[in-house]
Amino acid sequence: MSESKLHPQEGFPFQKKEMHDLCVCGGSPATAASARRSNDAYTKMLERTPEFQQWRENAHAVKRFAVQHLDQLLVQFEQNLQKKGIEVLWAADAEEANRLVLEIAKKHDVKKVVKSKSLVSEELQLNKAFRANGIESVETDLGEFIIQLAGQRPTHVVIPALHLTAEQIGRLFEEKLGEKFTAVHEELTAIARKHLRNHFLTADMGVSGINFGFADTGSFTVIENEGNAGLSTSTPPVHVALMGIEKVIPSVRYLPYFLSVLPRSATDQKLTTYTHIFHGPAPGRKMYVVLIDNGRTNVLEDPFTQNTLYCIRCGACMNSCPVYHRVGGWAYGWIYPGPIGAVLNPHLCGMKDAGKLPFASSLCEKCAHVCPVKINLPEQLVHLRNISARTPGSPADSVYQKLLWRTWSFMNVRAGRFAFFMGLIRLGTRFARFVPKPLRILEFGAWTKGRAVPTPKGQAFRNWWKKNRKNTQSESKK
Amino acid sequence: MPMIQRIQSAPPVWKYPEYRPTDKTAIFVPCYIDQFYPHAAVSMVEILDRLGVRIDFPSGQTCCGQPAFNSGAWDEARKVVRVFAKTFADYDWIICPSGSCTAMCRVFFEHLFPDDPEITGVGKRVVELTEFLVNVLGVTELGARFPQKVTLHIGCHGRRELGITDQPVKLLKNVRDLEYIELPHMEDCCGFGGTFSVKFPNLSLDMGRAKCENIASTGASVVASIDTSCLMHIGGILQLDPQKKKIRPMHIAEILNCR
Repeated sequence: MSESKLHPQEGFPFQKKEMHDLCVCGGSPATAASARRSNDAYTKMLERTPEFQQWRENAHAVKRFAVQHLDQLLVQFEQNLQKKGIEVLWAADAEEANRLVLEIAKKHDVKKVVKSKSLVSEELQLNKAFRANGIESVETDLGEFIIQLAGQRPTHVVIPALHLTAEQIGRLFEEKLGEKFTAVHEELTAIARKHLRNHFLTADMGVSGINFGFADTGSFTVIENEGNAGLSTSTPPVHVALMGIEKVIPSVRYLPYFLSVLPRSATDQKLTTYTHIFHGPAPGRKMYVVLIDNGRTNVLEDPFTQNTLYCIRCGACMNSCPVYHRVGGWAYGWIYPGPIGAVLNPHLCGMKDAGKLPFASSLCEKCAHVCPVKINLPEQLVHLRNISARTPGSPADSVYQKLLWRTWSFMNVRAGRFAFFMGLIRLGTRFARFVPKPLRILEFGAWTKGRAVPTPKGQAFRNWWKKNRKNTQSESKK
Repeated sequence: MPMIQRIQSAPPVWKYPEYRPTDKTAIFVPCYIDQFYPHAAVSMVEILDRLGVRIDFPSGQTCCGQPAFNSGAWDEARKVVRVFAKTFADYDWIICPSGSCTAMCRVFFEHLFPDDPEITGVGKRVVELTEFLVNVLGVTELGARFPQKVTLHIGCHGRRELGITDQPVKLLKNVRDLEYIELPHMEDCCGFGGTFSVKFPNLSLDMGRAKCENIASTGASVVASIDTSCLMHIGGILQLDPQKKKIRPMHIAEILNCR
């Protein structure tokens, strides 16, 4: 991984020294409002769906099995896909995947591609690759369509244009599509529909993602609400489905578990409008499945980090995340925002680029309690912090941090030292308010930005105890 | 210990051993309480005295290791946790007036020492004060009187790692003349997050200010918590806000010790 995978314009704002302007990265307060709305809906759903916790357990168990047996399942999946006349291709990284997709396009003389929403295609920057090769590619998911028109990147895994208001979208349509301005949701949808319809009919190839692949039947599923995935995959003569290797599950029999938890967690729906199961190409047509690693085997290597591969991309963790609400999706620098992004991006992009992401959390643990497949996100975050601090070149691997924690452990391994150092700090707090602003540096500066310094009164507790009390039970003298 | 998952924010349900008066019992006073908020610890001692719980304060105690653990400096954290485990090795119960430090000991020691049952065993014997009072001793009425409007913030580690949700509420509701007002959006994080508060000060402050808005909206004159660390952050923000500086942050033990 020599070349950085980061988006050149946005980079990793978290990486930068300060987050001076909150919400700027996300684009708008719409992010916080919409994400909170989704999270409130989720909470209400939990209250009226007591079975949900059992469903979470089931989904977790299936995913755990699938990830632990990924090697076998993938081979079985490939064989069964081939039996159905689906061509299977393997890609180790984004570059290879793009090359394979472009080769398919060339073979079928493709001029125009219609795409339904696929996060893995965002990982590949597939649209860019198409453009560079003179192929027109049109995003057909409403959110992705808006984002593509605006020349932006998605800020949410399920709701790509979460950060835009209806008004902003109306202006965008006015400017780019020459339509009369409107901010009425239905009218905006109708405009997009009108423009997209023609693309579906004239496209030579359709590209989709895959929500779940079934090893036992060699079929796969795509779920959606708008009908665009159905059209993208059935209208053009060629269908290319992109899939991260972790999306395979043992059997189609387990699909109901995921259909129970995924739409509820993502959009508070009992089911999405459409659930497609693909069983191979129609006569005279071609179907390809591209299985993509792109860093996933790195995650698989470590048994502790493995369970981040259970992710079904529902977005519940970011909806619940107070940090995501405030910084928006772009701050995480790559495709995956929110807590799952803070965990996945360092694995997939490398610690050097994304090593600071795991620190951008107050560890409030809300995400762990909403995750439908029960990924232990906060624990993953602290583990990654440890890995980050040990990885040379990572932003957490600084001399200052090392010195700070050395000093901290030095003063905390002896009670005498502890009392002495803390005494100094107590003394320091008395004079803290006299320190002029420019001299307030490092942690002290960060604390006093908007918070008063605590002013301890009286003696420390240990001194009080010494004076007033005695230990009556034997104290350990080891 | 068996765990049952209920709805959001209602995580583990612990099975506590029975407390016998002959059990060796210690108190663990977290570093910042020891030095900055000693009255919270003194209140805890007086409450336990009244209930006849015999306690020691092992003088070798310092910190539970959480700051370094959460910052990724695990080697440094291990050094301090070893000292902690040695200091409290002899005790059957270790009572701590902080949810976050208790979670560190009970839950996260296992991450630092996955193969050392002695150290993790000590961690498992740490209980949070309100947990000890309500779940272990079965006490919800302490004969306290506190004539103020009080709202309550439960720190995220206490709430989600230890499952502390009702215990402090039960205790507060039984305080005479106290008017308990539930905090809106009580499950939200206050934004302290340990070193998060100084690594991302703007984010942390924004979260803290939202919390303070909610606190002020209750009209309470006191905001109580089982975590003094959250209160240090919340109090620091309240103090700089002219409209809210009258709201007093107090550890729950201080309220339960008023009469």
